[in-house]
Amino acid sequence: MHQVRLQIKGSDEARYSYSIDVQISAVLQYWSKPKNYPLFIRSVPVQNELKFHYTVHTSLDVVEEKISAVGKAMADQRELYLGLLYPTEDYKVYGYVTNSKVKFVIVVDSSNTSLRDNEIRSMFRKLHNSFTDVMCNPFYNPGDTIQSKAFDSIVSAMMVQAS
Amino acid sequence: MESLTLTDGEQKYYSDLFVYCDTDNTKKVASNGRVLDLFRAAQLPSEVVLQITELCGATRLGHFGRSQFYIALKLIAVAQSGLPLRVESLNSVKDLPLPRFVVAKNEQEARHTAMYPDSENQGSYQGVIPRPPGRGQVKKLSAHEVIQPCVPTVEPQLQPDTTSPVVSPHQSPPTSPHWRKHKRQASGGNVERQPVVVAGAVWTPFREPQAGPVVSGDGMWSANSPPPVQESWVSLKDAHPPSSSTLPAIHSSPVQENSSIRTVASATTTNETQRQSSGGYDDPWKITDEQRQYYINQFKTIQPDLNGFIPGSAAKEFFTKSKLPILELSHIWELSDFDKDGALTLDEFCAAFHLVVARKNSYDLPEKLPESLMPKLIDLDDSAEVPDQAPDVGYSGSPVEVTPNKSPSMPSLNQTWPDLNQGNEQWETFSERSSSSQTLTQFDSNIAPADPDTAIVHPVPIRMTPSKIHMQEMELKRTGSDHTHPTSPLMAKPPDLSEETKLATSMKFVTANSGDGYSSSDSYTSDQDPITSVVTRQRSHSGTSPEGLKVVTAPPPPPPRPHASHSRSSSLDMNRSFAAVPTGPQSAGVVAYPPAVPPRPLPTQTSGPHSGHRSDEGLAAHSTTSPQQIPEQPNFADFSQFQAFAASEEPSDDGEKHPESLPVEKSSEGAGPLRTVKSDNQEERAAATVNSAKGSIMAPPPKPVRRRLKSEDELQEEALPLKSNVIATVLAAQPSIPRSVGKDKKAIQASIRRNKETNTVLARLNSELQQQLKDLLEERISLEVQLEQLRPFSHL
Repeated sequence: MHQVRLQIKGSDEARYSYSIDVQISAVLQYWSKPKNYPLFIRSVPVQNELKFHYTVHTSLDVVEEKISAVGKAMADQRELYLGLLYPTEDYKVYGYVTNSKVKFVIVVDSSNTSLRDNEIRSMFRKLHNSFTDVMCNPFYNPGDTIQSKAFDSIVSAMMVQAS
Repeated sequence: MESLTLTDGEQKYYSDLFVYCDTDNTKKVASNGRVLDLFRAAQLPSEVVLQITELCGATRLGHFGRSQFYIALKLIAVAQSGLPLRVESLNSVKDLPLPRFVVAKNEQEARHTAMYPDSENQGSYQGVIPRPPGRGQVKKLSAHEVIQPCVPTVEPQLQPDTTSPVVSPHQSPPTSPHWRKHKRQASGGNVERQPVVVAGAVWTPFREPQAGPVVSGDGMWSANSPPPVQESWVSLKDAHPPSSSTLPAIHSSPVQENSSIRTVASATTTNETQRQSSGGYDDPWKITDEQRQYYINQFKTIQPDLNGFIPGSAAKEFFTKSKLPILELSHIWELSDFDKDGALTLDEFCAAFHLVVARKNSYDLPEKLPESLMPKLIDLDDSAEVPDQAPDVGYSGSPVEVTPNKSPSMPSLNQTWPDLNQGNEQWETFSERSSSSQTLTQFDSNIAPADPDTAIVHPVPIRMTPSKIHMQEMELKRTGSDHTHPTSPLMAKPPDLSEETKLATSMKFVTANSGDGYSSSDSYTSDQDPITSVVTRQRSHSGTSPEGLKVVTAPPPPPPRPHASHSRSSSLDMNRSFAAVPTGPQSAGVVAYPPAVPPRPLPTQTSGPHSGHRSDEGLAAHSTTSPQQIPEQPNFADFSQFQAFAASEEPSDDGEKHPESLPVEKSSEGAGPLRTVKSDNQEERAAATVNSAKGSIMAPPPKPVRRRLKSEDELQEEALPLKSNVIATVLAAQPSIPRSVGKDKKAIQASIRRNKETNTVLARLNSELQQQLKDLLEERISLEVQLEQLRPFSHL
């Protein structure tokens, strides 16, 4: 099965990170650079999660490298999607960073060739939307691990769909 | 047996009944005495009962399985509601009250029967429904089911005088009645409280009176419940044994409200009971009037303006007072913030408050917002996993005035409430769609093309009737406005025209024009695609432009073609159009002349792929419009003229395209369309930012077109509105058709063929241009990236 991990990492300002590891896709959300700790991690086939954690964390460097390279305001949609960060032998890592430096990382199993770039983009977009909804919740303190059920459901559905 | 969907209340109620009837505990209920008694107690004619048993399959099976039993109960409810007995009604009937069974055995959970809203049955309500288990189930769930009859009685607690009305509410599903009643009583009582607490409370008192009619039961309950009822809704919960009255902690303010609420509740209870009798199922989550009033008062304390919003921070403080765990509050917020805007409207606030109350009473939070709690006004664009839904009838009545409308659509929403059930999926879909279509990251403004021409995408109907005046108008318009405005029969929709194929000649230039127009609109649509898709335009362009173009071309309704350009009916149409069209310079030629020569080079050069695309399509369209007669003579003349002109143009694709297409086209219409195309291209060029050359090309075209227009027939006119949609092109072609050959079938056919050829050519051209566009966009992206890299970054 494809393994994808979604990870959301916070941005510089110590945002939230939410990582989602999905077998097919892993989503990780990391927050701000200073901390860059995962806010959310979800994996579809919940195995090798640790490996995904590692992968996502290492990919964070690539993400930061990319966002620092661009150099201009992060408001450009184009920049939000970082594209394929780097492919490894087993999987491909895609990155996405929001305006608030929250980073999303998706790790997809390399054998999953069905995921096109546009699909990854749409996944990131959905993630971003869901993340925004989570942020809108006044009870959510930035920096907390994301425990929103709605967010979870969206991520799970997305990962299942991607698998 | 068709599948049966039951609400929670129904489920509980039916299961209780089933258990009751399943004396042998075999999970199968034979047609034993209890079942028969039960059915008899339904007070339905025996024929109906027989029909029901037959429908549910028991006759077939010889006994009542659980599913059959449930189906039978549902059918009983259906029959009792007066609806025809049909299998389809099992799942299609909404808000079906629970089946009522009048049992003479008071001892048996008379509670159930008593619950029925039927006032006449009061005396006999003695719950047929076996509620022995219910008795013991004072807990939330069991209470519901069992209680159906009980609860209702409980509800009336507040109203000692509501004997009969009390009964009526019972009718609703076991749970709902409970809740409903509770709600009423507890002015703002928690939903959960109702089922649970009420159940408990009701049961107790009910049991006692059992034998007595519901009324008396009610009275008893009333006696019992007054204490709870009297208290503030908060304390009400407390009063109920099973309920976990944590409400008091919620807000201290409610206390003072309680008394007022109580009184209100009393009043409303009666109303509600009556409402209940009239209404169908009661949603356990429904907010009673007094509850809502309370919520509204609370809302006012935070936000005096009922139409305003409560910011998230204020709401957070408010609800934190309830001492619920943050996680639960967060979940409640997620449920109630319907539009995900970080603020609560009155509806959202009431829903949130209600959920808090429910949670305080140990009532589990739903996974999604119950329908009755959904804000009445839902901004369709907002994401909403829960479909908006009208609260119960009674509720909708009173709160309407109270709750401020979040949006002007509220009134309409109110009316649509009853239909929301079935619209749920639509709502969800809609909201999902809309929310998904809105990308948070659409920050780029550069997605929108700088080209003003692309600003307008919707095709403007073009008058198909060609006329000099029109042409002149078009000319003026074209130059003055963006291409998307098709003035009179503008063929500016060459791209779309492929299907139109009406105007052969016009096609030619139409294609060009439409190519222009299309390019613009194409680029526009293309732009839109990326924008909406959040994918960077450049990246996602591939594929979107052509589709966008296609889309653009497709939708624009053909301008008011007097003769709907249908290739098939072209002859007739043409005749009509010809008749309508006064001018007739080569009408047939106009239409039928599809720029055979694929102005490939032209399109590419024209404002980028857009125009090319358009031209291509336009040409194609032209060819497709071959059916329409294409006036040829004038085209030739124009054509050559145009050609010459085009040749003199700068190396624009359009020019080439036109000349090429011109020759290809058989009739003079080619000239016409070419010209139009040119003009379109011109316009496109403006829109397109890719090729300046194209722009130059564009410029010339209009001139010749203009000239031609004067002398041309509709073709010219058509040419003008190139910018408009392809359809316009087609339409434009139409007028020409009638002009010219109308009668000449052969000419028409020839023109048709030509148009078809033109169409294909244009289509090819279009695809090529699209590809070019994609490449260019990619290039642009890479260049921009490089640029950014070179630029010193400010932060990060």
